[in-house]
Amino acid sequence: MTSTETTPFREAPIQPGDLLLSIENLHACVEENEILRGVSLQIRAGEIHALMGRNGSGKSTLSKVVAGHPAYTVTAGSIHYRGQDLLGLAPEDRARSGVFLGFQYPVEIPGVSNLEFLRVSCNARRQHRGQEELDTFAFEDHVRETMAIVQMDPAFLERSVNEGFSGGEKKRNEVLQMALLEPLVAILDETDSGLDIDALRIVANGVKKLALPTTATLLITHYQRLLDAITPDFVHVMAAGRILRTGDKDLAMALEQRGYDWIEEADGSDTLQP
Amino acid sequence: MSSAATVEALNKTPYRYGFVTDIETEKISRGLDESVVRLISSKKQEPDFMRQFRLKAYAQWQTMAEPDWAALKYPSIDYQDIVYYSAPRQKEQKASLEDVDPVLLETFDKLGIPLSEQKRLSNVAVDAVFDSVSIATTYKQKLAEHGVVFCSMGEAVKDHPELVERYLGSVVPIGDNFFAALNSAVFSDGSFVYIPKGVQCPMELSTYFRINSDDAGQFERTLIIAEEGASVSYLEGCTAPMFDTNQLHAAVVELVALDDASIKYSTVQNWYAGDENGKGGIYNFVTKRGLCKGRRSRISWTQVETGSAITWKYPGCVLRGQDSVGEFYSVALTNHYQQADTGTKMVHIGPGSRSTIISKGISSGHSVNSYRGLVNMGPQARGARNFSQCDSMLIGDQATANTHPYIQSRQPEATVEHEASTCHISEDQLFYLQSRGIEPEAAVSMLVSGFCRDVFNQLPMEFAAEADKLLALKLEGSVG
Repeated sequence: MTSTETTPFREAPIQPGDLLLSIENLHACVEENEILRGVSLQIRAGEIHALMGRNGSGKSTLSKVVAGHPAYTVTAGSIHYRGQDLLGLAPEDRARSGVFLGFQYPVEIPGVSNLEFLRVSCNARRQHRGQEELDTFAFEDHVRETMAIVQMDPAFLERSVNEGFSGGEKKRNEVLQMALLEPLVAILDETDSGLDIDALRIVANGVKKLALPTTATLLITHYQRLLDAITPDFVHVMAAGRILRTGDKDLAMALEQRGYDWIEEADGSDTLQP
Repeated sequence: MSSAATVEALNKTPYRYGFVTDIETEKISRGLDESVVRLISSKKQEPDFMRQFRLKAYAQWQTMAEPDWAALKYPSIDYQDIVYYSAPRQKEQKASLEDVDPVLLETFDKLGIPLSEQKRLSNVAVDAVFDSVSIATTYKQKLAEHGVVFCSMGEAVKDHPELVERYLGSVVPIGDNFFAALNSAVFSDGSFVYIPKGVQCPMELSTYFRINSDDAGQFERTLIIAEEGASVSYLEGCTAPMFDTNQLHAAVVELVALDDASIKYSTVQNWYAGDENGKGGIYNFVTKRGLCKGRRSRISWTQVETGSAITWKYPGCVLRGQDSVGEFYSVALTNHYQQADTGTKMVHIGPGSRSTIISKGISSGHSVNSYRGLVNMGPQARGARNFSQCDSMLIGDQATANTHPYIQSRQPEATVEHEASTCHISEDQLFYLQSRGIEPEAAVSMLVSGFCRDVFNQLPMEFAAEADKLLALKLEGSVG
C-alpha cells in the first residue's frame, strides 16, 4: 500500500469552469430501438443547463444512460465525468462519485423506511468522499435540517420510500436526496412536472440553493415556468435522439411561444455547441 | 436485459454455523422397532404413562404412510438407517451450569447464545437443546419466583407428570400425521413451559436447537401451556453443522391457551440448507399447532424460515374458544435447491373467532417455495373471520413460487378473505437504490426486508434485527 492510499480519499477540489461532464456522439438503444443518435454535450462547474424537447425525443433516456440504467445499451460514443470514463462505472459508483439523477417517476419501495434509505444512501456518498459516516441519531439531525430546504414535513421520514406520496411529495423527496448527496452533477428529469405553483416554487428554490459555482445542473423540463425561477446558462433542444439546437434562455422563451416545429424543420445541421 | 441478468441466482453463501462440536455422545444403534422405543423410554426413566404414549404412537406410525401431497421432491427416507437416540455424555444431573460440559457451553457461545451467568442475554431465558437433549436452562430461579415453569421436557415428565399427562398429545394427537406419530414414539427432549393463571411471563423464553450428529434424527417435543389470563412470548432458533448427508428433523410443538391467555411463538429457523448444488441439509418435517381452548384466547405464530433442504411445516391454530384469535406471520426464504412447502391451518370452531395470515415467500436460485394454507369455518363458527394475504417474490428466473390456499366453510355467516400476489424483484426499484449509491446486494436485501416488514414487525424486538441480518446474509452473493 502506498501512503496516498492510506489517507482518506477526498474529492479533488473543483474550480468554477472545470469540465465536469463530457458526452461525445452518444448512441444508445433499448432492446432493438435506437433512442439516442449521437448526443454531444459538455457541462462545466457553475453552469445550469436546460434540456427541452418533445416527449420521446430522448431526454429521459439520456439521463438514465448517464445514471447507468441497465435497460439501455450504449452502442457508440462516450461519457466522461471529470475526465474519467463514466460508462465503465456501476450505477452505485456513479452516484457515489457525485452524479445524481432526480427521477421523473420515483418508484415506491414498500416496507423500506425513508429515513433508513436516506441514511444508507447519504453514508455511501460520504464514505466515498472520505467523510465520517453518520449514525442514526446524527443523521436524523442532519436530515431534519436539510428537509427545510424543500419545506418537507419530518413525518415523511417515518414512511416507506415514496409509498403513498403525492406527485409533489415524491419530487420534494428527490430534491431532498439531492441535497443530502451533494452531487457535483445533478440531472433533474422533469422535477417540475405535476407540481402546483407553490410546490414548484419550493422545489425550484431548493434546486437553486443547491446549484453552486462548483457544481453543475441539467434540468430536463417542458416548461418555461421552471426556467423563470432558475435561469439557465444554456438551453438545448432535443429531437429524435440528438441535440438540434443550443442557445441561451431566449431559446426557451422562443420555444414557449413558437413550439418545436420551426427548429425541427430547420433540420439538425445548424446545431450549435457552447 | 432482464432483472434476472442483474440479479443472478444466489451463489455461495457462507453458513456461519456449520461447525461440528467434538464431544463424546451416547448413541444407540441405527434402526427402529418396539424395543428401541422401550429403550428410549427406559433411558429417560419415564413413568408408565409416557412409555404407553410412545408405544401407542409407534403402533400407529407403523400403519401410516409418509405423506406425498406436498410440492417436495426428495429421495425416500430409510427410517431404519437413522439413530433414534443420541445425547452428549455428561453428568446425570445438571444441578447448575458448572456441571455442564464446557465444550457445550463453548458451542453455544460460538452460536451467539451465551449461557454462563455473566454473559447471558438480558431478559431472555434460554433452554439450550443439543442433539435433542436439553443441556441447560437459564434464569430458572427467577422464573420460578413468578410460578413460571421453564425446563426441558425430560424434567417436566419427572417434575410435573400430571401436566404432561394431561396436555401432551392433546393438541397434536399421536396419530395426527406420519411425522407426528414418529415423534410421539421416539422424541428425546425439548422444552416445557407452564404459565400459571394471571401471570404475564416476566421475560422472553427461548429454546435454541442445535443439531450436531450426522446420523441421528432430531425429534424434539415442545409443550407450552398458558392458564387463564396468562401470557408468554417464546422464541426458537435452530442451526446445524454442514454435512454432505441429510438429517431428519421431525419435531412437534403443542400450545394450549385457556381463557384470555395469549401465546406468541416465534421461530427463526436457520438449519443447514445444503450446499449450492443441493447436497446435504436438514429435512425439516415439523408439526406445530396451537389450541385456543378458552374464550378470547390468542395464539400467534411468527416464523422466519431460511434454512433446511426441505421444509414441511404448517403451524396452525384450532380456534375452539369463543372470540379466540389465531395469527400466522411467515417469511420463507429459499435459495439454491432448497424446497419449502409451508403455510398454516386455521380451524375455526368457536363463534366470533378471528384469524390473520400474512405469508411472504421469497424464492431465488433454483428453489421451490410453496405456500399451503387451510382456512376451515366450522358449523358453529358464526361471525368468524379470516383474512389471508400471501405474497411471493421471485429473484432471478430459475426459482418457483406456488400458492395453494384451501378454504372450507360450513358456516354462511363466516367471512374469508384471501389476497395473493407474485412479483419479481423490480429492476426499477433496484436501479433507484443503486442510483443512490447503494450496492446491488445491499439494495436487494433492503427490498426483501421491506417486502417482509409486516412479518418482522411481529417478531420480538431483540430478534427483529437478527432476522433482518439473517436474510441479508442469506442473500449475500445474490447479485452478479
